Amino acid sequence: MTQDLIYSVCGIALFGIGLYGLIIVPHILQKILAVNIMGVGVFMLLVAAGHNPGGVSDPVPHAMVLTGIVVAVAGTALALSLVCRIGELQRDGADEEAAP
Amino acid sequence: MFHKLDGAKLPLGLRLICSAAIAALTAVLIAIVILSGPAAPGLQAEVAAQLARSGVDNPVTAVLLNFRSYDTLLEVAVLLVVAVATMPAPGRRLRPALAPTGDMVLIGLIDLVVPVVVVVGAYLLWVGAYAPGGAFQAGALLAGAGVLVSITGRFQFSFGALPARAILALGLLTFTVTAAAVALQTGVFFQYPTAAAGVLILFIEAAATISIAATLVLLYGSLVPPAREQESGP
Repeated sequence: MTQDLIYSVCGIALFGIGLYGLIIVPHILQKILAVNIMGVGVFMLLVAAGHNPGGVSDPVPHAMVLTGIVVAVAGTALALSLVCRIGELQRDGADEEAAP
Repeated sequence: MFHKLDGAKLPLGLRLICSAAIAALTAVLIAIVILSGPAAPGLQAEVAAQLARSGVDNPVTAVLLNFRSYDTLLEVAVLLVVAVATMPAPGRRLRPALAPTGDMVLIGLIDLVVPVVVVVGAYLLWVGAYAPGGAFQAGALLAGAGVLVSITGRFQFSFGALPARAILALGLLTFTVTAAAVALQTGVFFQYPTAAAGVLILFIEAAATISIAATLVLLYGSLVPPAREQESGP
């Protein structure tokens, strides 16, 4: 029980830290990292919720977290590729302004 | 490259209000978790009761690939969508390959590590039926080997050719076709015949492993910043 509570509270704390980063920190890469931290917090909460002291753990939250990790990786990659493209476009624009 | 990706900083007052709101939200959530007492019993009893019919002995794999197959199917679909989204558009130049490295330590390491990783990946895929493991763990491991190979610059995974793109779609295709094929026999999408469930799950996972590994290698490759091309300058 106490152990589950520690995990749950840490998960929520991570979620809060991530939310702070998402809203307050200005740089877009840090925002993407912040969303990932929020996700990790949710995963911790789910794993803690599935823990069954003295018995078999609930496999459904475990499967959901596994699925969630993959989707989080995919989402992060998509966000990063969009950021790369934005950076390229801005660089091209800056080059054109510098050498008309 | 990223100098303009800095958004504007929020004004101090707004930052303080947001911080206070986030702190309050976190505190409320923590209070709810502490005060709500022990969680209701989960589904472990139901899963354990049906485990014998799932075709595998590992409850997590049973949930992922039998009881809640739709989740995993859509997850594979998400990976394919992201792979398509990050792929270089037709007509756009591929990112230039890294210069082949002369680093003998790296090359020697890869010669040793990659075959081992392939074997361990196959083991993880196989052991997923009994213990923690499965398609995603195996795929991630194989993708790590692929990334290691690609940073030597001796090979470039470009995914421009049709067979390479077919590999990306293999997992989703196998998954959907299998689900539809078993529906012909049992009448329900994803309702595997109990006797064949173990083999079907291994078959789907093997195809998914290949697609996942290929997708992750593609994602890594499309996110490596291109070398500054001197010749294409104005």
